[in-house]
Amino acid sequence: MKVKERAAVVSQTKLTEDICDLRLKVSFAGECRPGQFVSVMREDKSCLMPRPISICEAGDGMIRLVYRIVGGGTEEFSCLGAGDSVTVIGPLGNTFPIEACAGRRVLLVGGGIGIPPMYNAGKCLVSREGDAAPAGVAFAAGYRSETYLDKDMAAAAPLYIATEDGSCGTKGNVLDAIRQQGVVCDVMFACGPKPMLRALKTYADEQGIDLWVSLEEKMACGIGACLGCVCQSTDIDSHSHVRNKRICKDGPVFNSRDVVL
Amino acid sequence: MSKPSLRVDIAGVTLKNPVMTCSGTFGSGIEYAEFVDLNRLGAVVTKGVADHPWAGNPTPRICETASGMLNAIGLQNPGIDVFIERDMAFLKNYETPVIVNVCGHTEEEYLAVVERLADTDAALLEINVSCPNVREGGMAFGQDPAMLGRVTRAVKAKAKQPIIIKLSPNVTNIAEMARAAEANGADAVSLINTLLGMRIDIRRRTFMLANRTGGLSGPAVKPVALRMVYDCARAVKIPVIGMGGIATAEDALEFLIAGARGVAVGTANFYEPAATVRIIEGIEKYLIDNGIDDINEIIGSVRDL
Repeated sequence: MKVKERAAVVSQTKLTEDICDLRLKVSFAGECRPGQFVSVMREDKSCLMPRPISICEAGDGMIRLVYRIVGGGTEEFSCLGAGDSVTVIGPLGNTFPIEACAGRRVLLVGGGIGIPPMYNAGKCLVSREGDAAPAGVAFAAGYRSETYLDKDMAAAAPLYIATEDGSCGTKGNVLDAIRQQGVVCDVMFACGPKPMLRALKTYADEQGIDLWVSLEEKMACGIGACLGCVCQSTDIDSHSHVRNKRICKDGPVFNSRDVVL
Repeated sequence: MSKPSLRVDIAGVTLKNPVMTCSGTFGSGIEYAEFVDLNRLGAVVTKGVADHPWAGNPTPRICETASGMLNAIGLQNPGIDVFIERDMAFLKNYETPVIVNVCGHTEEEYLAVVERLADTDAALLEINVSCPNVREGGMAFGQDPAMLGRVTRAVKAKAKQPIIIKLSPNVTNIAEMARAAEANGADAVSLINTLLGMRIDIRRRTFMLANRTGGLSGPAVKPVALRMVYDCARAVKIPVIGMGGIATAEDALEFLIAGARGVAVGTANFYEPAATVRIIEGIEKYLIDNGIDDINEIIGSVRDL
């Protein structure tokens, strides 16, 4: 059940110069699944549109949002501190196919600000036991230079890092790191810039890997009504009856075969 | 004092209150039903539907502006067959009248949809001759009084339900358009559709919207919409449904006092999914506080200082 509510800020810290780590108390924390997101509303009422932010962690009545300051909205959120509150709508969107990963080797690939939802999915996969558990879980994370969430990820599963300037891990992009380290997998979850997702799709097709991508687009309603945030689909979609899928409702997670990147 | 009556009559259809949704901002209510009891609404106005599925425009389709937004969705819709099977079937579960927004590229396409709707539970049809985001049809029909009159007459001749003509604000004299609709048999007019606008990304020197232009909506357009609703309400005898930036009960009351028989909430749904219900409650409270027992007493009651 989606709800709109006023969420109390538990804490906020900066992970890098422009990446913030915001923890909010919400009633729906227990219902959040990896891949889902929340709409965060601005206090400045001249800015109407919600900011969709992926959930990095959820539990104990709290959600953790790790986001980059990219404009006025995220700048405003970055000023929130303990004792403040903010309006959110959530949980929104679909989830990564966690159950379908049982017995398979899963690689979680995040680029830039696409890393936080990967951490969420990875932690969830690692916690699964017995027949439900994947055969293996690893992270691959691509950064410009400064790393973040790397300690969190490394504590959960093996982590392969790529940086554009070579300051940490493989010099280059995530795919360079995957190739250099000879990382093998059956399933890949990915979130990041479009060029990264396109390169991963080509690689996954070559290697016969089942690739699931989490997409991003500007949103208005965030619940599937306004059709503002569609992506192109490979086939006629069963809801829209055209080659379009709603990122906010049918996604943000799609099998790479089903969408045009 | 007993509860005031919020009932209004639009072309022979009684609405339990004057508050409805703006076409295109609420889908068919399926998604919003998680946030809003659709039975509370005066009417659900559905997203524009054509005789066959439309893919709409490329993305980005939306961007933010000061106190508003631009959209260029391009009337993406699944076509009338799916709409009747799925969306109309869903809306049967509620006691709220359904107003179906009808779009087309040509007069024939509008008529094809209107005919298919004849045997459905649609209470009223809203004819969209004002969408700024499609190349053929849409706003092209709504910017010339003769063309608007012709479409109105043709639709009226085919329609089983009363018809509302949705007017574009992108004209010199909107009252003239309302008169053309009335003279050719429209049972009501609704206004305003969005105002044609643009935004540019100065960093990349590109348009913010893939369609280059889009329709401006939200609180930014309210004073323009209110003036146009006032002009139209004075120009025609048929009911006027007012919309454009309505986000609060006070906004809705301004439109009613200006002469609107019904009001619709659009962009506000996006940031406040239950905005409609809060507005209905606010209108009721205003009537109680002011000792008014019938909402019709305030409709068109504006006077000079």
